[in-house]
Amino acid sequence: MSLIGARVLRKEDPNLITGRGQFVDDLAPAGMVVMVFVTSTEPHSRIVGIDTSEALALPGVLAVWTAADLDGLPPLGLPGLGRPLLATDVVRFVGEPVAVVVAEDKYLAADAAGLVLVDYESLPAAASLTAALADGAPALHEVLGGNTVFEQPFDDDLAVEFAAAPHTASLHIVNNRCAAVPIEPNACLADWGPSGLTLWATFQAPHHLRNTVATYFGIPQDTTRVVTPDVGGGFGAKINFVPEYFLACALSRLLARPVKYTQTRSECQLLMYHGRAQEQDVDVAFDGDGKLLALRVRVTQDQGAYPDPTGMGLPVLTTAMSAGCYKIPKVAVSWRNVVTNTTPVAAYRGAGRPEASYLIERIIDIVADQTGVDAVEVRRRNYIPADEFPYATHSPLAVYDSGNFAGAMDELLTLFDYDGLKAEQARRRDDASKKLIGIGFSSWLEIAAFGPPGSLEAFGHLASWESVQIRVQPDGSAIIYTGASPHGQGTVTTFAQIAAGELGIPFEKISVRHGDTATIPQGIGTMGSRATAVGGEGVRTASVRVVERAKAIAAHLLEANPSDIVLEGDGFAVNGTPSRTVPWSEVAWKSFRPLEIPPETEPGSLDITVFQQVPNFSFPSGAYCCTVEIDRGTGEIEITGMYLVDDCGTVINPLLAEGQVHGGVAQGIAQALYEGITYDSNGLPQNSTLMDYLIPAASDLPDYTCGRTNTPTPNNTLGAKGIGESGSVGAPPAVVNAVVDALSHLGVKHLDMPITPIAVWNVLKGAQ
Amino acid sequence: MIPASFDYLEASSVDHAIALFAEHGDAKFLAGGHSLVPMMKLRLVSPSVLIDIGRLAELSYIDDRGDHVAVGALTRHRELEDSSLLAEQIGLLAHVAGQVGDPQVRNRGTIGGSLVHGDPAADLPAASLALRASMVITGAAGQRVVPAVDFFVNFLETAVGDGELLTEIRFPKRTGTRWAYQKFNRRAMDYAIVAVAVQLGDNPGIALVNMGPTPHFAVAASAALAAGAPASKIADAVLEGTGAWDDSNATREYREHLARELTTRALAKAGYTS
Repeated sequence: MSLIGARVLRKEDPNLITGRGQFVDDLAPAGMVVMVFVTSTEPHSRIVGIDTSEALALPGVLAVWTAADLDGLPPLGLPGLGRPLLATDVVRFVGEPVAVVVAEDKYLAADAAGLVLVDYESLPAAASLTAALADGAPALHEVLGGNTVFEQPFDDDLAVEFAAAPHTASLHIVNNRCAAVPIEPNACLADWGPSGLTLWATFQAPHHLRNTVATYFGIPQDTTRVVTPDVGGGFGAKINFVPEYFLACALSRLLARPVKYTQTRSECQLLMYHGRAQEQDVDVAFDGDGKLLALRVRVTQDQGAYPDPTGMGLPVLTTAMSAGCYKIPKVAVSWRNVVTNTTPVAAYRGAGRPEASYLIERIIDIVADQTGVDAVEVRRRNYIPADEFPYATHSPLAVYDSGNFAGAMDELLTLFDYDGLKAEQARRRDDASKKLIGIGFSSWLEIAAFGPPGSLEAFGHLASWESVQIRVQPDGSAIIYTGASPHGQGTVTTFAQIAAGELGIPFEKISVRHGDTATIPQGIGTMGSRATAVGGEGVRTASVRVVERAKAIAAHLLEANPSDIVLEGDGFAVNGTPSRTVPWSEVAWKSFRPLEIPPETEPGSLDITVFQQVPNFSFPSGAYCCTVEIDRGTGEIEITGMYLVDDCGTVINPLLAEGQVHGGVAQGIAQALYEGITYDSNGLPQNSTLMDYLIPAASDLPDYTCGRTNTPTPNNTLGAKGIGESGSVGAPPAVVNAVVDALSHLGVKHLDMPITPIAVWNVLKGAQ
Repeated sequence: MIPASFDYLEASSVDHAIALFAEHGDAKFLAGGHSLVPMMKLRLVSPSVLIDIGRLAELSYIDDRGDHVAVGALTRHRELEDSSLLAEQIGLLAHVAGQVGDPQVRNRGTIGGSLVHGDPAADLPAASLALRASMVITGAAGQRVVPAVDFFVNFLETAVGDGELLTEIRFPKRTGTRWAYQKFNRRAMDYAIVAVAVQLGDNPGIALVNMGPTPHFAVAASAALAAGAPASKIADAVLEGTGAWDDSNATREYREHLARELTTRALAKAGYTS
């Protein structure tokens, strides 16, 4: 019986909620020593000297390394602009590792790190895009001759279209820099012994890390093992290579001891890759009915101090998705990647797509405001019709697979009384004793299922498929091994659900294993909302092949024709002759016994490995509405309703899909109203602890009202598009549109995120 | 996030705690640890010795003493929050205790620890000011009683001297029991950006959170309240003597606006009419 669509409880949870999960920091092999960083307190300085003598003299300290000790350990990332494992001559952001200390325990290591004295000579810093792009700006990397790493100019700046347009509008948007803040900061444990290197790491792509570490150290892959045990969230920040993984390995080789590194929360805020950090200049041309005529988008991506390959790709995704779910006759895009004296920037839940949906959904509301056409109606007038898919956009990356944007909006409007709320909003505006009401929409669209050939190779991966191996055990249970490497998604549950229906083996008798290069076939990893749409499809493909082979064995046992065998009950039956059956347990058992299987069959044949490919990206979409109330006296913003219609095609497990939406929307609300790493003009971070970098807790978030439409993708037989990033793509524009709508009668056209109470109060104060 | 090395001693009585301090000098008393331990982890303070007073049952009580309610310094926020005696007699204190941090913090944190830390952003110092509490400080030389208005001396500095312990807080009973606490923050668990505590009745008081370097008793506004001035006049007076600053959450101007706005709301909520 198919379990696709069943609200099954997670197989993962009993371990986690009874404290039996195993994370990197839970591991403590005999002889283990601890590594900690000495990090830069300076945004941009020349390192004049580092005195490690006091630290080295502390009993229990085994090593203190600086850049001078990195012989044979080259920088990571782009050639010529690489990120050194330890700052070499110059530090380029606050938090950059300057030295590394290894000691017998973490307490000694912390004491020793405090004894390392670094002498800096300050250089002028460029801690914002404006500062980095200014004439005469301090250059971070001499080789660049400026701070722009790459620039993609407009092919056509659409000057003709804009000159001819009845109406135009322009908007400068700052998409705020966010920290991923997984509940488990970065951690690794490296054990380099005579038989090889084992690296336990909290990471989203273990094989990618294994391959890279082996190449980096020039050692064979067969004796290099990467294990990603339980991983406490990643949100994209754990797909990039960071100095700690390589230093831990090098130090373990030197000391012949297992070396562990566990990032503190404070370090995590400054050392783990940040996300977003993008500015956009957007121009739109439209007619008096709100019909879009042309869109011009220029993205400036802050890369932080060292350009990361994934980070360099963010504006590519943003510009590919800039037109959202709208049919716009002319779209022109351009982007540039710029370095600044800040924490490096790379993927964070959505990675380039939240930036795209935010810009186009803000623009739609600007068009609505300027034409006086209702915001929902402007969207309807511009949607790509449901019968025009596949739909080729301005970008060769983005050929939309399927969608029904109007259908999602129709469903959304059944979840609340839009007209009633609009009337109430008008009444409230005239009654100063009442809170203001705002209603904000987003018809969002994203690109997911990173899997078409070439899509991940561009980011350094081996390939873009995902691996799945199914091994039926002699008792008729099954183990699925997959290169998808979940870190909270519930893949162990969803993959078992997909397999159960196809294999006819009960869900309870299917285990899913992942996160160990020693036991899993080659793999890619979990990112870009790909695990279900690529790996899940692989589970289905492998299951079908296993059943095909099992049927041959069943046919032999039942003395029937394989084509007459069907899955039934707890095993196999001859079609039309229900009394002739053989249970799975017998087929499985006998599949290993040469005398009991067909002569042409090998023992152990119920073992299938697939490298699942998909032909195109998928494009999950949806329609969200946020309603807010604003306190006129304090500027406080309260979200009073969050209505969420997601269309991710086929849903494997509604419980988990809703969980993904809830989490993503929480992060989207956080970006819109709370989060945002800021630096002062000197490059000093202003909110680098969780005391002042505000993450909303459950008590600060509203209830969610969820709806759903189902437009399957044609790219896989499941019809599943992926849903891991949807909430963080769809929520920010809905929230910001709601706040701007609440204040629009005061002439407000736009407010940058995070919209704080003081920002709202400044508007209200100005209006009085 | 790892504190510097320190020795740990457990006190068996108040006198023992004071004697241990005299013996060791560079020491800190440890109660609930919710202010001290984070500061140690950030290495903002590195005492050589921690003297744990957290298990001194003699300092944990809420007693009706006729004209006042006496609260032992080690009484947890949660116990204040749940006390029916306080709910009946000193409702503002019980309510404000329930506004501190989150349930985990309230289960561990103590009223004495919060007051002695003297954080201008904390809730309980303002409540004790509005309630015109008295602080009983015990040292080697015996006990002394300090009114709340004289207790908060400077930023994170109180009248409690080295080697002394705050042992009891006395809250006078009132004829009127109406009060209000208006706390403004961006997340439920956070310190206030600004908060205002108002106690009506005889000898009323108004105190402000986060409007200067110390928990702030609004002298002029409290006098206006006692004189029965209109609410708008009280709100006008509430900023007198404050010294708010700019930070990532708020500007001085916004804080001052909030203090007035929240005072107005608190007076209305408490049912104040001039």
